[in-house]
Amino acid sequence: MIEWIDLILLGMLALTALRVIFLKDLFAVVMLFGIYSFLSALVFIVLDAVDVAFTEAAVGAGISTVLMLGTLALTGRTEKENTHSKLLPILVVSVTGAALIYGTLDMPPFGNPDNPIHQHVAPRYIEDSPKEVGLPNMVTSVLASYRGFDTLGETVVVFSAAIGVLALLGIRREEDNNTPESGFKEHRVLQIVAKITIPLVILFALYVQFHGDFGPGGGFQAGVIAAAAFILYGLVFGLAKSMAVISPMFLRYMAASGVLLYAGVGLFSMMQGGNFLDYNLLASDPVAGQHYGILIIELGVGITVFAVMLTIFYAFASQTERSNIQ
Amino acid sequence: MNFLDIISSLLLFAGTFFAFSGAVGLFRFPDFFTRVHAASLTDSIAAILMIAGLLLQTSFDLNTAKLIFILVFLLITSPTASHALAKSARHGGLLLFTEKPTKQGGTNQDD
Amino acid sequence: MTTIFAAAAIAILVVMAMALTRAFTAPTVYDRILGVNMFGTKTVLFIAVIGYLMGRPDFLDIAIVYALINFVGMVAVLRYFEYTAPIE
Repeated sequence: MIEWIDLILLGMLALTALRVIFLKDLFAVVMLFGIYSFLSALVFIVLDAVDVAFTEAAVGAGISTVLMLGTLALTGRTEKENTHSKLLPILVVSVTGAALIYGTLDMPPFGNPDNPIHQHVAPRYIEDSPKEVGLPNMVTSVLASYRGFDTLGETVVVFSAAIGVLALLGIRREEDNNTPESGFKEHRVLQIVAKITIPLVILFALYVQFHGDFGPGGGFQAGVIAAAAFILYGLVFGLAKSMAVISPMFLRYMAASGVLLYAGVGLFSMMQGGNFLDYNLLASDPVAGQHYGILIIELGVGITVFAVMLTIFYAFASQTERSNIQ
Repeated sequence: MNFLDIISSLLLFAGTFFAFSGAVGLFRFPDFFTRVHAASLTDSIAAILMIAGLLLQTSFDLNTAKLIFILVFLLITSPTASHALAKSARHGGLLLFTEKPTKQGGTNQDD
Repeated sequence: MTTIFAAAAIAILVVMAMALTRAFTAPTVYDRILGVNMFGTKTVLFIAVIGYLMGRPDFLDIAIVYALINFVGMVAVLRYFEYTAPIE
């Protein structure tokens, strides 16, 4: 049964990808990319990778769609006619594809319990993490505790993405007050509904942030969802009002403080005489220490991701509004 | 299969029926505004029926609250999205199938 | 009950496929947006049903994210549609 659902979803995924290739209207392409992300998140759900599906749905379908639409508003809607020869790309693609298919022949059979991946690290996490970390959601234990270094690295990568976007685009603020009112002035219903939904969205983001120890979710997803709430506000009421609520400068401090909070936990555990990011020493009981550590670093991740996503949106949207007002 | 299960499967069946009829309406109605009408009405009723069917399968825990949250959220946002879309389409010059294109422009087709 | 859930899931998949077809072959760009929106709302219901089919009600969290992101995406599409302007 589930295999059939899997196959149908994969078929829809492939068809969407094919349709994207043959469309010239980039606006439609962006929307189909949103569907593509949703479909791949569905495939992850059916494969029982709930945390990955969460991230894909929030980041891939949500934030990237908004950013791609912002880019389209700056660059234009139709694809340029391709004048290059198509032979070389076809050659490269078919050689790469053949190499990849040849590579899969050596892979162990799908879902076999004797595969190397099920023999080496996974049993250790599954058997020992309830004793060592004690969280019901093992993905969070692995992500935040066993692989704390990797997650710190990812957070720094997200942070440096914000630095890169700010260095390239910057956030332009219109200083004078007589700039045209932006946002949907005529969409009265949308404004009222946005006012009702934004608190619900922020509430849900907080739930995802602090429930990540027990179910799917965590700092990354919560940060993106909270950012989506403020992006909704900015889209409906205009960027100027959104910047009055959370200013770009404040967001920069937030982004930096999240990374500092994360690294600070590591330094604190070093001062207690342990290794970097050794949560066992944060409290007298090692398991309680693990809980504190994971809670704090997830908060750091959430703050950084929220600030970075919103900063990138500000950067894109301020360019769009500026170029369209003139 | 007890009484609740039967009611819940009836609700699920009715929900899928309305969802399907909405999808058919998306193809068969003559102009954009009637298509929005078909899609948005069936969206709401299908959400209500199917989530009600699932609610009967829960035992008043966190999942009940989440299902109700989904229902409320869909009932608020889905008609709003349809309304905003129809408004933009009217603004962008789409016409009803009973109207004729005038000098100011307006069309039933683009692209 | 499992068969009922499975049948409902398949039926919603069919509706999703129809909405997808509409998004692929829409006569106007607004029809495309409508198809995408319908795909999104049906996906929310699909995830809810499949959570019960697989006995994993924590899938409901993802259904909520879908509903939310679908709405934000719709608003973003309409907002930027002002700038990129219809073709005529």
